[in-house]
Amino acid sequence: MLFTDLFEETMFSMSANKSRSALTILGIVIGIASVIALISVGQGASKGITDRIQSLGTNLLVISPGSQRQAGNIVRGGSGSSQSLTLEDAEAVKTSITDITAVAPTVSSRKQVTTKGQNTNTSIYGIDTSYFGIKNIEVELGVMITEQQIKSRSKVAVLGPTTRDDLFGIDTNPVGQKIRIGSQEFTVIGMTVAKGGTGFGSSDDLIYIPLTTAQQYVTGNQSVSNISVQVTSEDLMSFVQAQIQALLLERHRIVDATQADFSIMNQADMLDTMSSVTDTLTALLAAIAGISLLVGGIGIMNMMLTTVTERTREIGLRKSLGATSQDISNQFLAESISLTFIGGVIGVIVGWTAAWAITKISGTTTVVTTWSVLLAVGISTLVGVVFGYYPSHRAAKLDPIEALRYQ
Amino acid sequence: MIKCENIFKIYQTAGSDSPVLKNVSFEIKKGEFVAIMGPSGSGKSTLMHILGALDRPTNGKYFLDDKDVFDLSEEEMAKIRSQKIGFVFQSFNLLPRSTVLRNVMLPLIYNSTISKTERENKAKSALQAVSLEEDFWSHLSNQLSGGQMQRVAIARALINDPGIILADEPTGNLDSKTGAIVLDTFKKLNQEHGHTIILITHDKNVAGHARRVIEIRDGEIVSDKIN
Repeated sequence: MLFTDLFEETMFSMSANKSRSALTILGIVIGIASVIALISVGQGASKGITDRIQSLGTNLLVISPGSQRQAGNIVRGGSGSSQSLTLEDAEAVKTSITDITAVAPTVSSRKQVTTKGQNTNTSIYGIDTSYFGIKNIEVELGVMITEQQIKSRSKVAVLGPTTRDDLFGIDTNPVGQKIRIGSQEFTVIGMTVAKGGTGFGSSDDLIYIPLTTAQQYVTGNQSVSNISVQVTSEDLMSFVQAQIQALLLERHRIVDATQADFSIMNQADMLDTMSSVTDTLTALLAAIAGISLLVGGIGIMNMMLTTVTERTREIGLRKSLGATSQDISNQFLAESISLTFIGGVIGVIVGWTAAWAITKISGTTTVVTTWSVLLAVGISTLVGVVFGYYPSHRAAKLDPIEALRYQ
Repeated sequence: MIKCENIFKIYQTAGSDSPVLKNVSFEIKKGEFVAIMGPSGSGKSTLMHILGALDRPTNGKYFLDDKDVFDLSEEEMAKIRSQKIGFVFQSFNLLPRSTVLRNVMLPLIYNSTISKTERENKAKSALQAVSLEEDFWSHLSNQLSGGQMQRVAIARALINDPGIILADEPTGNLDSKTGAIVLDTFKKLNQEHGHTIILITHDKNVAGHARRVIEIRDGEIVSDKIN
């Protein structure tokens, strides 16, 4: 049997029962479209996080206090974190470790911030002058925090744009205004450039104040929340990480490295952790979509079984005209594969449109990747083979004499 | 062309064997017009299935062009049906919602690699051989009368130019007038084109159109006469 003949026969029998074919295809379209759309949401989340981490620079090490809780810990908003890191640690890293370009100790806390008539709850970052450089943050209005202000424990603040919106309203100039963080009054001296994004890693909704000021008035102790270290080159990350580890262990008088009261995270590790989270998310979404694809596949099988039964006499006739079992089997298999292939292609288009609409309506980033499209079309064709196999096998095995007698 | 030697067909049903054909032997030469006649249940349909390579005898030998059909695989039997046999059925078995031409060309998809125009030419000459008017060629099969449908079915049986045409009660669903036209078509194909025709029927009058009548009863040949 020629391929062109097979194709013509398939087209003919599909068009013989248009509404039934269309409904069966619809089942596959829904399945494939949801696979494409949901995977695009997962991929979008993954890309968003990866981009954000990469924009912070991949040559960054972050030293955080260990998780042991010490008695009398009064650090707020950082439950589980100990006060094991100090400014002296940062100073030691800066002076005794080579191959680093900057060290930025940070104190962070969440506080209620008030101004005339408005208030918000946001993160307070106590920083030194190297912080803006490491994190690629620039000011849009006003000025950055200066060395002098850090030394003198000035009560000055630089706002993130979202915080500005919350406290003073959109498109206002907050420079020179007064805000209250806890019981202390601060003067706003600048506002950072918006970096976009919400939630994890957002540098738009927070307030920067001098590190020393934060230690004295906000947290009330000498510890730091973390120390960011910028390494000269990405290749030296592990080397520098090991050196810092050794230095801090010695300073903290800890012999056993597993008992360390701090941890060093590098951006690559963070990227790995986050992508494993989003990969799990993507897999979960794909699994949910896979169920609807399975239901679509069962629809195909149901329709093909009905078709085989309806066309029993025709199968008998074809066999009497010289069709082999293989010819019959191919014919029904081709029909189910065509149905799922068409469904797959339409499904990709619908899914792509849905992903686009999700981005438009909710603002969630979605990414339709080539592999997800190929996967979807491949899976839909596979569904055709798997769910078409049994009906076509049944058709092929029909006894021509019985089939011709079938009423 | 066809040689049957001591053919038995036994169906096993719930412990007891029921023989349908018992020791049937005969020969049919090329160009003959034979009727196999018998009442229902006589085994004539089973015999037709064996002759048409749709079924195998339980015992005995069936030679088609000196080839023992019993030894053939499923695919080889399909090939024989495709190349050497043309079936005509009582209920026509045309594909509904398909044109006359498409119906006639149907067997070619299992046996041919020739071009579309050649296929159409073959179908047209087959339709001319059964004297179906050209006006009907592009009609859908279900728009035709019974007699026309059966002639389309005969044209379909002719398209592969098979050695043998096996017709199973071809006039069973037709009135006597259109039945006569169909029988005349067979006669013409036999006399003018030299096709070997085997007609299976229960009707003495229908069998009368053939030159040779093999009568079968309870699975055994009771007479084999030349008209």
